[in-house]
Amino acid sequence: MVRYIMRRVFYMLITLFIIATFSFFLMKLMPGSPLSAEDKLSEEQKQIVLEKYGLDEPVPVQYIKYLGGLVQGDLGISFHFDNTPVSKILMDRLGPSLQLGAQSLIFGSLLGILLGLVAAVFHNGALDYTSTIVAVLGTSIPSFVFAGLLQWVFAVELGWFPVALWGSFEHTVLPTIALMIYPMATAARFTRTEMIEVMGSNYITTARAKGLKESEIVFKHGLRNSLIPLITVMGPMAVGLMTGTLVIEQIFAVPGIGEQFVTSIMINDYPTIMGTTLLFSIMFVVIILIIDLLYVVIDPRIRLTGGES
Amino acid sequence: MSKLLEVKDLKVSFNTFNGEVQAVRGVSFDLNKGETIAIVGESGSGKSVTSNAIMQLLPKPHGYVKGGEILFEGEDLVKKSTSEMRKIRGKDISMVFQDPMTSLNPTMKIGTQIMEGLIKHQKMSKEHAKKRAIELLDLVGIPQPEVRMKQYPHQFSGGMRQRVVVAISLACNPKILIADEPTTALDVTIQAQILELMKDIQKKTESAIIFITHDLGVVANVADRVAVMYAGKVVEIGTTDDIFYNPKHPYTWGLLGSMPTLDSAEEELFAIPGSPPDMTNPPQGDAFAARNKFALEIDKVMEPPMFKVSDTHYAATWLLHEDAPKIEPPASVQLRMQGFANTGNKVGDQ
Repeated sequence: MVRYIMRRVFYMLITLFIIATFSFFLMKLMPGSPLSAEDKLSEEQKQIVLEKYGLDEPVPVQYIKYLGGLVQGDLGISFHFDNTPVSKILMDRLGPSLQLGAQSLIFGSLLGILLGLVAAVFHNGALDYTSTIVAVLGTSIPSFVFAGLLQWVFAVELGWFPVALWGSFEHTVLPTIALMIYPMATAARFTRTEMIEVMGSNYITTARAKGLKESEIVFKHGLRNSLIPLITVMGPMAVGLMTGTLVIEQIFAVPGIGEQFVTSIMINDYPTIMGTTLLFSIMFVVIILIIDLLYVVIDPRIRLTGGES
Repeated sequence: MSKLLEVKDLKVSFNTFNGEVQAVRGVSFDLNKGETIAIVGESGSGKSVTSNAIMQLLPKPHGYVKGGEILFEGEDLVKKSTSEMRKIRGKDISMVFQDPMTSLNPTMKIGTQIMEGLIKHQKMSKEHAKKRAIELLDLVGIPQPEVRMKQYPHQFSGGMRQRVVVAISLACNPKILIADEPTTALDVTIQAQILELMKDIQKKTESAIIFITHDLGVVANVADRVAVMYAGKVVEIGTTDDIFYNPKHPYTWGLLGSMPTLDSAEEELFAIPGSPPDMTNPPQGDAFAARNKFALEIDKVMEPPMFKVSDTHYAATWLLHEDAPKIEPPASVQLRMQGFANTGNKVGDQ
């Protein structure tokens, strides 16, 4: 197990190196430069600025220097926010996004699994149709529609929660709900389909023949066997949620990382773009590793083949 | 001998898009304590449906008991509530299923799967249940039971898994064990082992066994009595000797005739022509008439009642009516009957 994880971490570093390289050169290919909007600066002044940030050097040299910094954990200094290290910007901005992402993921998937279970157990009954309708609406209506609705009903009309901004836990409630609709609907859909199949399998009949209660059968024998496909889709979704969704962060004026990322692309803030890309990549590979480990925990038939080859 | 189970005129139907499928159309048999009855018939004859009806495990909401009674120790199982039935399932009546590869939960340890029933029905503590589960694994012939307890089904071979399934079904010392084709999915040597195991266990536990199979070789090996089913009905019932030495129903003749034997001279194996009738619309008269070369005119009009051959032996064919022409079983079947008699009913032994 430890050996397997170490191998995986090694591969993860290679992956990250490749991602860093690609995004570095892709970024250089982007139109414009960090100074393209600065019309008031004279050529000399621009030259001074370029020299200050090392942008006058040939691209390969910049690349080597950048990698050198990376190895030492230095993501560089933002062009835009005066002399602020990128790592500090990321840390400041990541908190709200992570919190919203984690909250919506946890509540969304738990509620979704519950909805899916209910639908599967009462297959073809009224509850099944209700839950299916909820799932279809949740997957097909974009989250910003829900966001607007939530703001109007719960903030403007009822006044239960703040309309927007960031601060207390109350501020997180509406954006969390808006974000969790999609993961909830997806989890419900997958759980339902998988559960219906599992509940028709022979080992469920064996469990029934033992005289177990239906609830024991569903939770002890059914649920675990229907989780694998769900985890497969929920993993990438988790990254998407935790790295912030621009739209929801904009609507609720959350100072999250999604909003930050888009701004830095617009103004060609190279170090910030690179830093954010790398951060997202790291989260992604880590979550994929966690998913692979979860598979093993859930299904004993899946083995880690880390030792050999 | 006291009657443990009496199935009286059991009728089971399924609602499908094509209409009502009458899977079981009036099955009656009884089971004594410690006895083994085999229910034989081809696919779709209603064998498994009968056993699922006894367990009250018909797939809901499509399958339902349309009529009749299933008396277990005098109490009608059809009338039991779900929670009353749960107390019987796995405790008084338990089941061994056909496919050991899929009838165990792949994500649960073998030990836990055996202990579940013990904790549920016998109110055992976890420790106690663990001890009993190890005993059971030992009883069904699984080596190193303490180690095996902690393993998952995929770490067992097919035959070993079926032993585990047998252990689960035996956990609470059931009065009746329903074995629904327990050896069909296994290869022949393993089949023989599982049959030996079941006979052995029956001696030790005195459970009665309902053995569902389409393999007459297996029947001869394990059963005290045999019920032959066709199109949702019992067409012939008797002791194993009655069925093998003195079969009366043309369908039983067909089954016996299509059994491969070591010394059969004929090149080609006999097969009963045609296929079973459509049970959404069962034919008038004897359901077997269309495939029966001995069918009489009356078979097409009226269903034959059960005729008594002896105290233990009944068959539903008009050929047994006093006015019917005397018809002897076909020569090949007669040859086989003699063969069985000579070898002393050991056709199934390999």
